[in-house]
Amino acid sequence: MTTILRRLGFYALAAFAAVTLNFFLPRMLPGDALQNVLSNIKSADITPSQLAALTAQYGLDSRQSLVSQYLGYLGHLFQGDLGTSTSKSVPVSQILASDLPWTIGLIGAATVVAFLLGTALGIVVGWKRSGVLDALLPVATFFQAVPYFILALLLLITAGFNWHWFPYSGGYETGRYATLTEGWNGPFVTSVVEHGTLPAATVALASVAGWIIGMRNMMITTMDEDYVLVAAAKGLPQWKVVGIAARNAILPSISNFALSISLVVTGSIVTEIVFSYPGVGYAIYEGVLAADYPLMQGILLVVTFTVLGANLLADLAYVILDPRARKEA
Amino acid sequence: MAAPTVAPPPEAPRSGTGAGAGDTAATPVPRARRGSRIPRSPKVVVGAGMLALFALLAVFGPMIAPHAPDWQASTTSSVPLPPSSSHWLGTDQQQHDIFSQVLAGGRDTLLIAFVAGIIATCLSVLVGVTAGYLGGWVDEVLSILSNIFLALPGLLILLVVMHPLKNTDNPLLIGAVIALTAWAWGARVLRAQTMALRNQDYVESARVIGERKARIILVEVLPNLLPILASSFIFTVIYGIGTYVSLSWLGVINPSSPTWGTMLNSAQSSSAIINSYWWWYAPPALCVALVGIALALLNFGIDEIINPRLRSARTHRKGVRYTLGLTPVLRDSTALEGSAVNDSAVKAVKGAAA
Repeated sequence: MTTILRRLGFYALAAFAAVTLNFFLPRMLPGDALQNVLSNIKSADITPSQLAALTAQYGLDSRQSLVSQYLGYLGHLFQGDLGTSTSKSVPVSQILASDLPWTIGLIGAATVVAFLLGTALGIVVGWKRSGVLDALLPVATFFQAVPYFILALLLLITAGFNWHWFPYSGGYETGRYATLTEGWNGPFVTSVVEHGTLPAATVALASVAGWIIGMRNMMITTMDEDYVLVAAAKGLPQWKVVGIAARNAILPSISNFALSISLVVTGSIVTEIVFSYPGVGYAIYEGVLAADYPLMQGILLVVTFTVLGANLLADLAYVILDPRARKEA
Repeated sequence: MAAPTVAPPPEAPRSGTGAGAGDTAATPVPRARRGSRIPRSPKVVVGAGMLALFALLAVFGPMIAPHAPDWQASTTSSVPLPPSSSHWLGTDQQQHDIFSQVLAGGRDTLLIAFVAGIIATCLSVLVGVTAGYLGGWVDEVLSILSNIFLALPGLLILLVVMHPLKNTDNPLLIGAVIALTAWAWGARVLRAQTMALRNQDYVESARVIGERKARIILVEVLPNLLPILASSFIFTVIYGIGTYVSLSWLGVINPSSPTWGTMLNSAQSSSAIINSYWWWYAPPALCVALVGIALALLNFGIDEIINPRLRSARTHRKGVRYTLGLTPVLRDSTALEGSAVNDSAVKAVKGAAA
């Protein structure tokens, strides 16, 4: 129990750090954040009263002390108010509400596929040690070592553009002949799955190598343990022996999830940009190009919180799976 | 995190190719193999070779390029020329010679990734080794710090932070900013390993003798962290290349001279893919991919030094298979490749018998 409480304490602290960093980020940048905001507002003439209203709205009133700006920022945050996007003139929370499900769906699907496939392959490669399967490692490394966007472009050019296997732009069929209505209906879901295939394949391919190699390395180490030898000596069928080794080898994979998740998230954001996928990655890219600080901040914060949440889940899974983690501390 | 990181056994770094088995003193060992700790697997050789090639390219590339990066074959045409004998890789829309740009464009990319790797590795040693060796509240604070940095999405922060540095050409500055988002991973791994080393007998004896902490860390602990250090350095360089190229491909960084990333950016904005101008985007993308693969292959070799058991069963002999409980006995020098496996299997058998 204390372990879980300690973890929760850490996450609270991490969340606080993320919020604080997010507050200071635009203020640390050279140039007046307000000027950045104002230069992006389309209307040419702004009266002093409008200016005052805007400064209040963005919490950038330079007459206020930094502390009161910070408190105001926290207050807004607790009400779920992330400010207003300067380039789109809609609340940031509204943009997030429409974009975040796409990103979470993409990362979730890709991670589940990569985890299952990678762990299964890692078990086999680790068990067999030699032969053709060992050649899988350099191939998997190729996908891991290449930046996400190059892999994404590769898939876009081959499977999307040249071979027409899957659509390579957008989140679902749009355009003149599109007759889709958003929601849980067959044609729309099919279209979403088709459009999501290439982006998800990119993320899965790039992250599967990590699971394979991690699992293989742990399998090889675990196979030398006495209990595996005992299991084999008892005359258990080979698949059962593999099962015993794999069950113990999988634990570090789960704790390494925490190490990899933020890389996967940033990678999928780049992937979204390549495929013009309507998630938060594409939104933050548009925000950066338009110097839309409220949008950038909002997305940064929500993505950080999502990563922290995923880490928390992995931690809890670890505590449930490994009795030693419960006894610790 | 409370969950233990995969830490190789602390004695592993010292057991290299030749010194792995305890009985090597008795058995004759070929001289060439004894000294080298770097396994001569094809992966490492190929990786190191490719890397050397790209290092040469980074140094001499701009000098041997047939044209200056901003040289234009024609100022009137705006149709990219396909590869020909005068332009080996064709030209882009502004009639720049792609071959020259590829040769010249690697220097900044590699330099920035290298700088980021060095700075991030220094930071991770500073934080990780300090936390692991000192323990206590210092460890708590530093661990929380690195765990927070680990959870922050680095590229997103860079997107926001780099925007005002848009036209900066200073590789040191860009490398340092990238390094700030990249040190936490190494710090975590180094901390775990330092904690394992801290309780080793030789460190204990140094402490009893009365060595200063700084000396123990630098002379006793750090040398045994070298393989892990190298591995995390390479990891960071891969990350640095990917990040820098991504940022300049997105147009967030816009250096004055073309790099691989900016070439991809201009190809993208001119719809080179839809127009099938493959010679425009393929060469820089291929270079980035090859550097990444070279580094990853090298990392494989280092992983095998850290944990000799990970070596694949490459025995150079057909028909030899490692199966559980049955370790093939190889009588000549190639047997050493599997010595660590043999050794631990023997231990396992002894353990089971006892």
